[in-house]
Amino acid sequence: MAQDRMTGSEILIKALSDQGVDVVFGYPGGAVLPIYDALFQQNHLRHILVRQEGGAVHAAEGYARSTGKVGVVLVTSGPGATNCVTGLTDALMDSVPVVCLTGQVPTHLIGNDAFQEADTLGITRPCTKHNYLVRHVDDLAHVVHEAFHVAKSGRPGPVVVDLPKDVVTAPGSYTPPARARHRSYNPRVKGDLSRIEEAVDLLAAAKRPLIYAGGGVINAGPAASQLLTNLVDTTGFPTTLTLMGLGALRGSHKNFIGMVGMHGSLEANMCMHDCDVMLCVGARFDDRVTGRVDAFSPDSTKIHIDIDASSINKNIPIHVPIVGDCAYVLEDLTKVWKSRQARPDGKALAEWWDRIERWRARKSFGYKPSADVIKPQHALDLLNARLRERDDVYITTEVGQHQMWAAQFIGFEKPNRWMTSGGLGTMGYGLPAAMGVQVAHPDALVIDVAGEASVLMNIQEMSTIAQYRLPVKVFILNNRWMGMVRQWQEFFFGGRYAESYMDSLPDFVKLAESFGAVGLRANGPDELDSVIDDMIAAPKAVIADIRIDPDENVYPMIPAGAAHNQITMSPDDEVKLDAAHKDEGMVLV
Amino acid sequence: MTSNDIRKATIAVMVDNEPGVLARVVGLFSGRGYNIDSLTVSEVDEAAHLSRITIVTRGTEMIIEQIKAQLRRLVPVHRVSDLTVEGAHVERELALVKVASSGDKRVEALRIADIFRARAVDSTIGSFVFEITGSVEKLSAFVDLMRPLGLVDVSRTGVVAISRGPDAL
Repeated sequence: MAQDRMTGSEILIKALSDQGVDVVFGYPGGAVLPIYDALFQQNHLRHILVRQEGGAVHAAEGYARSTGKVGVVLVTSGPGATNCVTGLTDALMDSVPVVCLTGQVPTHLIGNDAFQEADTLGITRPCTKHNYLVRHVDDLAHVVHEAFHVAKSGRPGPVVVDLPKDVVTAPGSYTPPARARHRSYNPRVKGDLSRIEEAVDLLAAAKRPLIYAGGGVINAGPAASQLLTNLVDTTGFPTTLTLMGLGALRGSHKNFIGMVGMHGSLEANMCMHDCDVMLCVGARFDDRVTGRVDAFSPDSTKIHIDIDASSINKNIPIHVPIVGDCAYVLEDLTKVWKSRQARPDGKALAEWWDRIERWRARKSFGYKPSADVIKPQHALDLLNARLRERDDVYITTEVGQHQMWAAQFIGFEKPNRWMTSGGLGTMGYGLPAAMGVQVAHPDALVIDVAGEASVLMNIQEMSTIAQYRLPVKVFILNNRWMGMVRQWQEFFFGGRYAESYMDSLPDFVKLAESFGAVGLRANGPDELDSVIDDMIAAPKAVIADIRIDPDENVYPMIPAGAAHNQITMSPDDEVKLDAAHKDEGMVLV
Repeated sequence: MTSNDIRKATIAVMVDNEPGVLARVVGLFSGRGYNIDSLTVSEVDEAAHLSRITIVTRGTEMIIEQIKAQLRRLVPVHRVSDLTVEGAHVERELALVKVASSGDKRVEALRIADIFRARAVDSTIGSFVFEITGSVEKLSAFVDLMRPLGLVDVSRTGVVAISRGPDAL
């Protein structure tokens, strides 16, 4: 098995190649100089030099989520590693497969407070799925292979491999990837058939069924999205998706009732509240989805398919838990449905759809158009109309109001086309993520729908985008506020806008130009069409500064601490909360 | 599942004996706000590099199920077993109890130690160290009785547990 003696760095690069890695996002430094030296002397791996390590992790996330492959990061010890912590936590929360290789001081210096030493293993333990410190060069190949296996199998997540400098310079032997069963880590992919049969019985007998699907379907691969679509077609059930699940069922599907949750559609949230059987596929009953837990979907029998047993019964009691990969379980569920010749209760389903159509008719994503000022929803409506003409569009976002509007107004016809920071809510995610997506799909149209506050958190990556001539489009909905903070201050803190207004913002057009990108600006609704057209047509990176109505809020909204049927539809709607729940909502996030 | 009653659980966890594995388990409990009444760990299979962790915790049924699922998610964890619900088991703890006194108190300490089947493992003119094993309650009762008799120091191991009958974990 063992091949000729190689240095640890060469072993590392060989291991990455054997894992099918073609691109690494990184930043050099003292502890990883031997690895960079080995990178310099080979042609298999492409290295993308970011401007801050945090950008490398988000870029790897964007790469991973748009391809289904593992994203790879290479950074130095100490600050290189600590800068990765936000991205790793983000990847953990959103189940994104990332392998992050961190340099470390030589083994004999570990624990000595050496220059650029940090306890990377200790710091990243709670923000990774697993992490490793490689102490001997002969363990290196095996550990790297295992890291990839852990990152991409089961519920995907980030894995850190900490590499002391003496280990990557020492001579050792290479071990190819092994097929052997892991000693202790063997996630279950097939669901329990008796539970699946139970689920089919419940679904067939349902009067008011609802399918609620999430990011687990995307992570289970395109086949899972197809199986979900088939199930929806077969049953005719209404289907909602979480923020992370957008694209798992095509947005134009007649049974798609919109995103669920705090800023989800009225029909999705009312269905959640009123359904009698809920089939949750690869979603995790997050607090942004459930609202008030004790008032959540009070009359439903709940079936939950998830590859992570710890997601089941965590927030909401589940009647039929099914642990397994969404694709495997959906396949078995469809087989059982067909073999039993199950039929939905047609009359009950028709009545249920009547109710849903009445909710739908209220157009909960509606907004008041304006001829004077750009409404963010209008800007995204126009953008979406242009995007519908093409099949190569990838959207990333930052975090805040613009993110919710993007989720509401942009339609996703395919999985892996929507990259957003859902669980952690990381401002600054979208620009580096878009960079990673564009590296993976050089000819695609990649747009970061951004807010002006978020995008400044990782604006340095414009330099990376320039260096690699990545034609990323940054569509900034610029309201001069941290919009979501301002919205909460308006609703819950008496309009006292503490530190949510930003003075001295850059001129984004000049900023773009300084990085060799195209800068565009729309000041009023009449300029929108041409700015969007010019942005899409530009063969290089663009920052489009869309000056939107600074007072616009995201609706509908289920305030924290409220139930789904206490949804607030528009500014004319009183926030329907009694005092007790309002206080409770104040302490919630 | 929906019961809000708090119950105790004694959980046995087989893990790879590797650096950091205890930190993963302890970090899981602190990070997610779970309670630890006691925790013991030691290697039990040198050849296979396996350690056994015994954790005594408490929570609602939903929390205990979460704890077990979260433990199973850790990569170096081989098996997780809730001894409290999986049939009869034996729980034992060991304590070393130091008592410094003279005269009647010293005699009384020795008499009570005898009743509790504690052994004196160190003795000086002015002190004893008793070794006692048994249930948590028995050890606590013994320590309480020693308090007025010159108790100066206590070291307890925390609970170790094993299922009754012929089967392995």
